[in-house]
Amino acid sequence: MGSLFRSEEMALCQLFLQSEAAYACVSELGELGLVQFRDLNPVVNAFQRKFVNEVRRCDEMERKLRYLEKEIKKDGIPMLDTGESPEAPQPREMIDLEATFEKLENELREVNQNAEALKRNFLELTELKHILRKTQVFFDEQEGGLNHTTESMTRALITDEVRTAGASMGPVQLGFMEKSIDREDYLPCFVAGVILREKLPAFERMLWRACRGNVFLRQAMIESPLEDPTNGDQVYKSVFIIFFQGDQLKTRVKKICEGFRATLYPCPEAPADRREMAMGVMTRIEDLNTVLGQTQDHRHRVLVAAAKNLKNWFVKVRKIKAIYHTLNLFNLDVTQKCLIAECWVPLLDIETIQLALRRGTERSGSSVPPILNRMQTFENPPTYNRTNKFTKAFQALIDAYGVASYREMNPAPYTIITFPFLFAVMFGDLGHGAIMALFGLWMIRKEKGLAAQKTDNEIWNIFFAGRYIIFLMGAFSMYTGLIYNDIFSKSLNIFGSHWHLSYNKSTVWNNNFLQLSPATSDYEGTPYPFGLDPIWQVATSNKIVFQNAYKMKISIIFGVLHMIFGVIMSWHNHTYFRNRLSLIYEFIPQLVFLLVLFFYMVLLMFIKWNRYEATNAFPMTEACAPSILITFIDMVLFKESKPPGKDCHVYMFWGQSFFQTVFVLIALACIPVMLLGKPIKIMQARKLANEEVQPITGGSSDAEVGGMPNGGGGGHHDEEEMSEIFIHQGIHTIEYVLGSVSHTASYLRLWALSLAHAQLAEVLWTMVLSLGLNKEGWLGGIFLTVVFAFWAVLTVGILVLMEGLSAFLHTLRLHWVEFQSKFYMGQGYAFAPFSFDSIIENGSAAAGETE
Amino acid sequence: MVDAYVPPLIITVIWAVIGIIGPFLARGPNRGVTQCCIMLTAVTCWLFWLCCYLTQMNPLIGPKLSMNEIMIMAREWGNEIKDTMDVVA
Repeated sequence: MGSLFRSEEMALCQLFLQSEAAYACVSELGELGLVQFRDLNPVVNAFQRKFVNEVRRCDEMERKLRYLEKEIKKDGIPMLDTGESPEAPQPREMIDLEATFEKLENELREVNQNAEALKRNFLELTELKHILRKTQVFFDEQEGGLNHTTESMTRALITDEVRTAGASMGPVQLGFMEKSIDREDYLPCFVAGVILREKLPAFERMLWRACRGNVFLRQAMIESPLEDPTNGDQVYKSVFIIFFQGDQLKTRVKKICEGFRATLYPCPEAPADRREMAMGVMTRIEDLNTVLGQTQDHRHRVLVAAAKNLKNWFVKVRKIKAIYHTLNLFNLDVTQKCLIAECWVPLLDIETIQLALRRGTERSGSSVPPILNRMQTFENPPTYNRTNKFTKAFQALIDAYGVASYREMNPAPYTIITFPFLFAVMFGDLGHGAIMALFGLWMIRKEKGLAAQKTDNEIWNIFFAGRYIIFLMGAFSMYTGLIYNDIFSKSLNIFGSHWHLSYNKSTVWNNNFLQLSPATSDYEGTPYPFGLDPIWQVATSNKIVFQNAYKMKISIIFGVLHMIFGVIMSWHNHTYFRNRLSLIYEFIPQLVFLLVLFFYMVLLMFIKWNRYEATNAFPMTEACAPSILITFIDMVLFKESKPPGKDCHVYMFWGQSFFQTVFVLIALACIPVMLLGKPIKIMQARKLANEEVQPITGGSSDAEVGGMPNGGGGGHHDEEEMSEIFIHQGIHTIEYVLGSVSHTASYLRLWALSLAHAQLAEVLWTMVLSLGLNKEGWLGGIFLTVVFAFWAVLTVGILVLMEGLSAFLHTLRLHWVEFQSKFYMGQGYAFAPFSFDSIIENGSAAAGETE
Repeated sequence: MVDAYVPPLIITVIWAVIGIIGPFLARGPNRGVTQCCIMLTAVTCWLFWLCCYLTQMNPLIGPKLSMNEIMIMAREWGNEIKDTMDVVA
């Protein structure tokens, strides 16, 4: 029977697939997600496997798709995600896909390259435009002066003929200088260019030093930023113009410009030429702009068309890759015609799997049906728990500690209720519980929508995955909040308090504190019907004293019951695995030990609650109620207890001392049974088994039973040394005996955390909210709003979130350690089926691990 | 005195109905787990209520109230402070 109480029965099967049908069959199995394949070629290198080429092709396709995705994201185009999963395409479609991707990628690369070249061109033209504009200013200033200096210099330094030739030539021009050598030596030249603004000061300094101050630099900033073609950054540049004289200086200046990556441009000196050039540049810039715009449009269109199908393609490619990875795990049989696979399958699903295989064979058009053969094995099967969206979270909590051993009792179904309940004992507040429950309910109502938005936010994903846990925790906390009568640290008075005041006015006026007595008519005689009486919240002085006694007792009561439940689970495990030795020599003494000592203590609590009443006759009044802890300690130490008060009785009921002695002796007698019973029996059995094999699945206390649960002719014998067995048993016994004491005390954290929570809530009320509520008038209203905001933030942040997290952790520990150590082995490994859903969820990272 | 037992009886009966009759109403593919959950809920919640009830049944101490608290009780809960002591031992 498939249920959550035990993990599913698994079978190791051999699968024979015809080579043509293999791809389609594996595709069907991937959609199903119920088969875990084993690697039949573990020694084979990844590069020597049969389908390595196909996997490589898939990798290439994925690379192209990633490139496309990056480009689409860069342009900010939204990608359509319908959430539906297309089927894995046939092998022949793979070639079509490859061709499509190749075409798209090439087109995109070409477009990008063109765009880059155009942008570079555009940048140069823009810079040239700026240069022409700025240098206009320089030359205007220097116009008169420059000609003047030119003339004076030429007059001073050259001969007349040359002077006339030089004067008629007009202003100097770069490029003409190489022709007349001597003129070059004496007439000033200039270079114009553009450089990054940040580099300009260093550039100037370098020029000054290298040319010994014989150059003249002028610069002007370009106001608007220019786009760098390679990475699209916006950079600020400046225009500069350098005047120098002579050839050596020219080379030096050019080298320095190169070093600082300043781009030089030819700049005509004549204003007419400059204007002409400027106009030419403007037209060319406009043309380039148009071309650039069209290129971008084209790119955009290509990307939009691709974006529609991108997610689909990703899914398809990943599925193909997964199928080929799985096919790589198969073995090729002798005739080279069919593939053999070994897989773990849940027994209940064999029919479904066979149907899927038949579908696959039909789709591929092959005639030979696939064969699914069940194999006998002694290996340890994986643990598979079939969960739905509700139970998945609780199973995850259990699996986080350790995956259950094959077919042992699964604690998860009980955890569904005990976990929120124990949390609620620690969290008990109607208000905070309501906040938590509403949050959980909102997440559950909006489940589909929230699940579709895949985010990377770890914290949100954790909260969302645990939405059912959160809702249940909140609901139970509301219930315990009603019982503790605590809503945001205040009490509800639904039925009317059962405590009344009987003091008169003068007594009240003259005393600061008065205590009500349970012996008089102060107490009605019957308790508040549902939960704690609301008067305890009013009695701030000794509320904690009363609540401590109450909460400590319930912690121990629920703790002992939880542990007894755990021990009883081990009984189910022993009977299922036919472990008779463990049943008699482990389970029975363990249970007796726990019952006789700790369940007796729980009974004492109930007896004390019942028998000691303030209105009873002496000596059963409340003054004589003995402390249960002292009674218990004295019982274990075989000491005679002291009477709790003068003339009081030591014991609560007749024969208590006799029963207590008997119980402790029984408990002490259980210890050697636990310690030696099983190993001695094993020793005896082995002596007999020297002649024949006995069908007792013995072994050490933590032996695993593999294969068939029927046992058969000997399960998985662990021929351990006898000394090992004795030691194991000894450790187990000590762990249990000492653990029973420490675990019982550990449950007191239920008291501790609930006290802390209640006190925190009270502090927030007294120190924060009541200050706001005390003020009156309009100003008080505004003040109250601010104080309320503060109080609300602290309530949600500290009390709900922090305390919630803390109580969650403690409850988890109680389950993992105190409850599960009584019966849980947790030595199994999880069933990891080949499933497209899980592969696509994990993205390409998991595609390499489909085993 | 019988009506002292009425509230606990009612509550016990409610949880008993939920815990004993409830499981028979469970349907669906997860019937076993649902039954288990309903029973566990009934047992734990009933036990929790019972412990609270038993604690207060025979209290060993009474609440210690300040003068302020006594006067608030008197005003809000109709717990009038009389002129003479009204103790019934």
